[in-house]
Amino acid sequence: MTTPEKNGFPGKGLIKGLGITLKTMVSRAGTQQYPDVEPELPARSRGVIGLMESNCTVCMLCARECPDWCIYIDSHKETVEVPGAARARQRNVLDRFDIDFSLCMYCGICIEVCPFDALFWAPDFAYAEGDIRNLLHDRGRLGEHMAGVPAPPPHDPNGEPSKEESTAAKKGGAR
Amino acid sequence: MTMPVWLEIAIRVAGVFAAFLVLPLVVGQTEHKVMAHMQGRLGPMYAGRFHGWAQLIADGVKFVQKEDVTPAAADKHVFKLAPAIALVPYLVAIIVIPLGPGDLVAQPLDMGLFLVLAVVGVGIVAVLMAGWASANKYTLLGALRAAAQLLAYELPLVLAAASVAMAAGTLSLSGIVEAWRPWWLLWQLPALGVFFLAGLAEIRRPPFDAPIADSELVFGYLTEYTGLRFALFLLAEYVGIVVIAALTTVLFLGGWKGPFADADLGWLWTLLKVGAVSFVVIWVRVSFPRLRVDQLQRFCWLGLVPVALAQLVLTAAVKVAT
Repeated sequence: MTTPEKNGFPGKGLIKGLGITLKTMVSRAGTQQYPDVEPELPARSRGVIGLMESNCTVCMLCARECPDWCIYIDSHKETVEVPGAARARQRNVLDRFDIDFSLCMYCGICIEVCPFDALFWAPDFAYAEGDIRNLLHDRGRLGEHMAGVPAPPPHDPNGEPSKEESTAAKKGGAR
Repeated sequence: MTMPVWLEIAIRVAGVFAAFLVLPLVVGQTEHKVMAHMQGRLGPMYAGRFHGWAQLIADGVKFVQKEDVTPAAADKHVFKLAPAIALVPYLVAIIVIPLGPGDLVAQPLDMGLFLVLAVVGVGIVAVLMAGWASANKYTLLGALRAAAQLLAYELPLVLAAASVAMAAGTLSLSGIVEAWRPWWLLWQLPALGVFFLAGLAEIRRPPFDAPIADSELVFGYLTEYTGLRFALFLLAEYVGIVVIAALTTVLFLGGWKGPFADADLGWLWTLLKVGAVSFVVIWVRVSFPRLRVDQLQRFCWLGLVPVALAQLVLTAAVKVAT
């Protein structure tokens, strides 16, 4: 029932409601028709993980930190003879880097933990498969995902300074 | 040149059926789109390629393909008959509602208003049949709610209509439109409000949809219906909107009387007014939450009925004074 409100006449709220719906009707709907219109996703969207193979040192941190063990890494050691060096150096060579996206829960810990910036989020999300086994993306496919990695968004002018900046400032102050 | 009688009857019947089948679809599609945009959505966009214009046709095809399920415990004949009973009253009502001046009505009737109010009241029988025959507690609750609601709201509906009939001095719907004058909009304004709201309740549209109340009663008296029979009930709902909008137009908004060319464009004015009232029906649905059962009865007996009675007194006073 229409109860008198604090200030106003009875039924004021009803009229206000009619006004709101009418206003919404004449203003443009924000819907993007997805299959026809690709969504504009923000740069930090967690769509798929890309691998920049050249940065990977096979440190295995990502595979060990992964909460559901969905990263598979195999590697072997190669001896690199550097002319003029006292002894031959050893180097890890990546044989296999797979991420099983049927297990992945998109927590992003692997990306956080990678010390060499070899893993990146890309916003691409359209990689559904008919067979669950095809969700295991090998390193070739993970490398292709790198194409979708957007440039990092500019730093928020009102935000805290980045870790690098603050440590640099601290070191500068200490000196 | 005069047409043979059978041809005239055939044309009139075809006209009624066309109105009966096309107008509800137009209202239904408008509801899809208007409701969507009022909620900041787009609504159907793909069926028929252009802004989903064919969505209801696609829905109809879908409903026809569905299995016709009758619950094992149901009273089968009553259960199957109910959708038809729900539709027929509105079909009969459309027959006597005038579209334009002169002969532009399927069957002019001196007591048209009386007939319309009588047949629209028959709808309750269909609801009770559907609810009882389904042998389901939700349908029964819905049907009894509908019965209580329709019996209550029949009174203000008839009182409001009586006011305008008294003002016009006739029960003929065409006669009422002919007697109508623009200042009646003010004089009969309370009756217009009462008639429109009671009409909404009569066709069980939100916010008076307690008999269906999908958050409480699954789908009220329609719970057990599927396929074509369900589609017929839905069609009845939209024909109901058209009928109530048309009655509001004819009784209170001057029917075919427009700013100009009443004689030639009368049908257009009528359709425009019916469309506008239907839009308000949809608008009200989107804007307001459902009334609780007790609020529903309170609103009727303490709100609409006194206003309708006061309107009757006012109408009589003005009528005697002039």
